[in-house]
Amino acid sequence: MNFDYTEEQNAIRDSLSKWAAQQYDFDKRRAALASEDAWKQNWATFAELGLLAAPLPEEFGGLGGGAIDVSVVAEEFGKALIVEPYIPTVVLGAGALKYAGSAAQKDEHLNAIAGGERIIAFAQAEPKSRWALNDVSTTAKKDGAGYVLNGQKAVVLGAPQADHLLVSARTAGGQRDAKGISLFLVAKNAKGVSTRDYPTIDGTRASEVYFENVSVGADALVGGADGALPLIERIVDEANAAYCSEAVGCMRMMTDLTREYAKTRKQFGRAIAEFQVLQHRMVDMFMASEESYSMALRATIKLGESEQERAKAVSAAKVSIGKLSRFVGQAAVQIHGGMGVTDEMRVGHYFKRVTMIDATFGNVDYHLRRYIALGGEARAA
Amino acid sequence: MDLNFSPEEIAFRDEVRAFIEQNYPKHLKGKVLREDLSKEDFLAWHKILGKKGWSAPAWPKEYGGTGWTATQRYIWLEENARAETIPPLPFGVSMVGPVIYTFGTPEQKQRFLPGILSGEVWWCQGYSEPGAGSDLASLKTRAVREGDHYIVNGQKTWTTLGQHADWGFFLCRTDPNAKQQEGISFLLIDMKSPGVTVRPIKLLDGGYEVNDVFLDNVKVPVDQRIYEENKGWTCAKFLLAHERAGIAGVARSKRNVERLKAIAKAETGDDGKPLIEDDLFQRKLGELEIDLASLEMTELRVLAREQAGKGPGPESSLLKVKGTEIQQRLTELTLEAVGNYAQPFPRGLGSNEFAVGPDYAGAAAPVYFNWRKASIYGGSNEIQRNIIAKMVLGL
Repeated sequence: MNFDYTEEQNAIRDSLSKWAAQQYDFDKRRAALASEDAWKQNWATFAELGLLAAPLPEEFGGLGGGAIDVSVVAEEFGKALIVEPYIPTVVLGAGALKYAGSAAQKDEHLNAIAGGERIIAFAQAEPKSRWALNDVSTTAKKDGAGYVLNGQKAVVLGAPQADHLLVSARTAGGQRDAKGISLFLVAKNAKGVSTRDYPTIDGTRASEVYFENVSVGADALVGGADGALPLIERIVDEANAAYCSEAVGCMRMMTDLTREYAKTRKQFGRAIAEFQVLQHRMVDMFMASEESYSMALRATIKLGESEQERAKAVSAAKVSIGKLSRFVGQAAVQIHGGMGVTDEMRVGHYFKRVTMIDATFGNVDYHLRRYIALGGEARAA
Repeated sequence: MDLNFSPEEIAFRDEVRAFIEQNYPKHLKGKVLREDLSKEDFLAWHKILGKKGWSAPAWPKEYGGTGWTATQRYIWLEENARAETIPPLPFGVSMVGPVIYTFGTPEQKQRFLPGILSGEVWWCQGYSEPGAGSDLASLKTRAVREGDHYIVNGQKTWTTLGQHADWGFFLCRTDPNAKQQEGISFLLIDMKSPGVTVRPIKLLDGGYEVNDVFLDNVKVPVDQRIYEENKGWTCAKFLLAHERAGIAGVARSKRNVERLKAIAKAETGDDGKPLIEDDLFQRKLGELEIDLASLEMTELRVLAREQAGKGPGPESSLLKVKGTEIQQRLTELTLEAVGNYAQPFPRGLGSNEFAVGPDYAGAAAPVYFNWRKASIYGGSNEIQRNIIAKMVLGL
């Protein structure tokens, strides 16, 4: 067994946290959120720091790392509440291309992603699909050599910044059939693509994306036609593992900020940290953060195992972290008292972020059901 | 013992229901987010009730109350929740009003009670300070007597909807040398007085609901002090007990359960069937309904005590803790119910744009975040447990 990070992974963590401390503190972040294009400079920095290249293959401009590298980046993103669409681009977009893209697609897009010149958003969820990955109503009809796309995608994270969209669409079968789903990589400026952009409550950006008779060539297809669901499951599991690490970063910060606040806030003539009822709650917050880190790490390490083991580990992590991060967020706000519900305190922003992570690619109930359906850990004779 | 309404009570319920149906302003139906409401919206129903004589059902009849029994008041709240009315704000009717008619002089009653009943005067609360939250008695705002005035200096915070207020009731220290709770006075301050500054505080749901209030050499006539000098803590405690009693919010929670069920019928669950048929969701909803039934029964017991003239006691702390926990769980379940569409931030869209996703989805996350306040305000739930430990269990 070995739980050590490599030198390269530690270096990524250090350089990212150093940059965030200087260039992405609370006030600079706030200003960036209010600005239309401050994210561009940040994105260029991510390219310089090698964050975008880290998990990509070396032959396409990457550094040849993997999921552990992503988890390191994601945890730091969580600590600094960085909202730029790293996971949509590097895990979902690049992931699909890495596993199923043609040589030409990889060459064109992975190099661009590594260099910071391409941002991809995953247009997967639909207004009525909830989190079911197989529930796809958007259609891609064969048209000569290519396809024509029609439909609406919901809450597409990172779409406002993206130049390309990875789109799940139905090429055969009924709305909830596992078979008949295909993935397409579509330029956002393609004719017939329109978006309605908006901020999410945690400061991320997202869009409703509309496809109206969007014609794409056969070369837009990522992987084979009709059989994309296993690939979608895989990249979404990888994204969820990364979101779990991001949540861990948020939980650690909430635990630290709450401890510091409780040590300085005085009521009844003493620091509120001296009250045992609050001490125990802060201990529970600490334990929740540690358990969450364990589960995020476990999910990340098991991404390389069989489909079933991978899926179970990711769903297990989403369940525990969904529950524990809710507890930590609520406790952090409660111990901050009225200050905890104000916009000016950082703690509430972490609480918002972990709440939205739970609502991304399946909440606690969704993943609990999936975990049970996959058979849990039992090895019945 | 009998839990059923009498024929008279059923007739009363029908009368109330018909009155609401005929008189509640149509354009205010179904408003959920407080920030969407203007000052006029907040006061509209209050003013209609003021004309009818129904704005303060809990007050004694001699001061403008309705003379209803506790059961009738319970029916009144139920019917208002059922119709989703915007009830009269608590600051006048439920907070300062009872303090004035209990501790005020005849002149003060005559001067202030009519405006509270009619909804003409908007009141706000000046209790908490940056350094005095749970430990309210450590408040530092100073009121120094100069002839027939006090000169008040200090800062209050968490003043809910103070941006609209005409008058405020403030706890101020009049004797800095007395023991903490013995040197406090209860002052009514005209918010238009020179030296009063109200600054809104942005909350994590993006809304502006509470305020800092700065008091800089504010001149307050002595006849605006309620009760004796240095005896304001008596008024404060009285008011806090009343605030807790209404805080359980059973009728509103019942209405919100109905709202949640409607959402769960419209939403698709993970298996493609309506969410309302989802076993995991059903279990949580069922548990919540049972806890709410338990809270309601407990509240009715407390109401019956009140009706017997025993007034709210430390039991009201129980209602506050359990009531706010249920309210918060309801916001959690609503957030879960709306799925992906919990994420778009409606306030980020600007007021002229339509919502993203279904109409009911946009408020789910802001309300969830906003409602964390419920276990903090009115004495945090930790403080309520301290009260029960001390006052009920004698620990």
